[in-house]
Amino acid sequence: MRFEGTESFVATEDLKVAVNAAVALQRPLLIKGEPGTGKTVLAQEIARALGRDLLSWHIKSTTKAQQGLYEYDAVSRLRDSQLGDARVHDIGNYIVKGKLWEAFEADVAPVLLIDEIDKADIEFPNDLLLELDRMEFHVYETRQTIKARQRPVIVITSNNEKELPDAFLRRCFFHYIKFPDRETMERIVAVHYPGISQLLLREALTSFFELRDLPGLKKRPSTSEFLDWLKLLLAEDIGPELLRETSAAKLIPPLHGALLKNEQDVHLFERVAFMARRG
Amino acid sequence: MFLGFFLALRAAGVKASLREFLTLQEAMQQGLAGFDTEHFYYLARAILVKDERLLDKFDVVFAEHFKGILQPAPAGVDGVAPRELPREWLEKLAEKLLTEEEKAQIEALGGLDKLMETLRQRLEEQKGRHQGGNKWIGTAGTSPFGAHGFNPEGVSIGQEKGRNRKAVKVWSQRSFKNLAGDAELGTRNMKVALRRLRRFAREGAPEELDLAGTIGSTARNAGYLDLKMVPERHNAVKILLLLDIGGSMDEHIHLCEQLFTAARTEFKHLKHLYFHNCPYDSLYHDARMRRGDSMPTNDVLHKYDHTWKLIFVGDASMSPYELSAPGGAATFYNAETGQVWLQRLLDAYPKAVWINPTREQYWQHTHTIGTIRKMMDERMYGLTLGGLDAAMRQLMQ
Repeated sequence: MRFEGTESFVATEDLKVAVNAAVALQRPLLIKGEPGTGKTVLAQEIARALGRDLLSWHIKSTTKAQQGLYEYDAVSRLRDSQLGDARVHDIGNYIVKGKLWEAFEADVAPVLLIDEIDKADIEFPNDLLLELDRMEFHVYETRQTIKARQRPVIVITSNNEKELPDAFLRRCFFHYIKFPDRETMERIVAVHYPGISQLLLREALTSFFELRDLPGLKKRPSTSEFLDWLKLLLAEDIGPELLRETSAAKLIPPLHGALLKNEQDVHLFERVAFMARRG
Repeated sequence: MFLGFFLALRAAGVKASLREFLTLQEAMQQGLAGFDTEHFYYLARAILVKDERLLDKFDVVFAEHFKGILQPAPAGVDGVAPRELPREWLEKLAEKLLTEEEKAQIEALGGLDKLMETLRQRLEEQKGRHQGGNKWIGTAGTSPFGAHGFNPEGVSIGQEKGRNRKAVKVWSQRSFKNLAGDAELGTRNMKVALRRLRRFAREGAPEELDLAGTIGSTARNAGYLDLKMVPERHNAVKILLLLDIGGSMDEHIHLCEQLFTAARTEFKHLKHLYFHNCPYDSLYHDARMRRGDSMPTNDVLHKYDHTWKLIFVGDASMSPYELSAPGGAATFYNAETGQVWLQRLLDAYPKAVWINPTREQYWQHTHTIGTIRKMMDERMYGLTLGGLDAAMRQLMQ
């Protein structure tokens, strides 16, 4: 079974090769790229394309590696012991399974998404080395070893806020999602808004790439923001001629709020537009 | 299979490990690349490269190594295989470092060796003081030798401050003011920015009650109180601060003082050393930079391990020779080029940034800023609050 992209997700050739290699060799696949280039969506699409379940483990700054395996709910047990609950005698009642455990236990190997691994503590990836490598771990409280029935397909995303340890990287396949070029962007839009007028799309793309090329932007608009913007343009029924408008005071694209997310960028754009008008 | 390619990658700085190489073999055995060179390129890239900053190096090595085997260059190399530079370009590299306008500004003498050779001759020929003119060593002339002149390849002798701030050599022992740590005013903003650079760790004797730990372990203990103590948290980040001093840095001294004051109160583990223009084989404890008061750079590399974070503060503006030529240093004869030493420091400290007090919009006008910026992989930031903030974020990654 090969991943070839889906009707709602445009995969470039290099991405397909990386995904298929990671699936075939059963290695975790690490995905990096600018925000909004579809890193998280990729895991969902892989699950859909391969017909597997998707388990998502969203990482926060407080997430511990242990939480992905299991947690021992000591406080519930304490409460139950005060109340004289019979459950208290079996420690297994207080072991809460984590995402990794769930993935290991599934009958059909699922796709496990470890989302934004760079948010966690710097040691987090190191704490998962053995588990991801051997696909097994030991539950200390119940003295049992959990072993994966089938090795799940693991997709890990990172936004580059922290660097990941070398030992972890060595075990992964890596793919960097480049910002799509114009041609790929057209295919992506075609997938999302199949009926869009070619004229509007062309003008919108031109405005969008010009905006992205503006030097000094704090946050460059991403694919997902472009799609939102298109949606707005469609909803407001804004015609292509308005986008092409280069006369005074119209230089900033309509509904730019969907693309520019902080006031410095809006100011910068207005300044550049003003200069362009004078020049 | 592909052992040569693997070794070439490693030589180029893409540190793929044996494990990854074996994974590639496994992938090839399973026929994952098919018989498509483009797929092989993608596959090798996914397996061997783990950092998007290294992708370009990978592309170069790939194109170089499979040149001739792959007729069409693989995608991602922009369809153009990198060409070798003509030999004479490399030989003339030193001269090429000067910009066109600098060369047009004045007709300079030959290479650095020639320059030094001629200087020696002139020193022998010349007797007495000389001013003006275009041959003799003196002041304010257009001869390549002497102080306060405009020859960009010039060698300055006995001057306090570089006029074009580009003297290839400054043959006088300078004594510059120490960066004093008492300029308290206006450092708060900097401290806030530096505060980003904190990594709390619990080290030392356990003195603080660990509330969560106590609750957890009491619960585990079936309700019998079990007190847990932990050591106090403190900032465990370690900073090695290398400051450029003297010459063109004079005009930034106030700003640098502020930065230094802020850094000194913010970090418990802070080691600062001085250099002039570019670090070479020794660094100085004292801003007066006396010979006896120095520490060999190799000792610094060994004493402070890679867990230290390296911060350069300097304007990175110097004569290109000071970076690229042996013997190009301003104050003494250096056997190895400044670039070699800089690279050594960068290799030893993966976490490094360069903070440049020159205003960012002027960076493009000085060649060596560009060179150093490239060596730093763009990790050069302005000495502004925004720049500091970005630099600290980079260090914390």
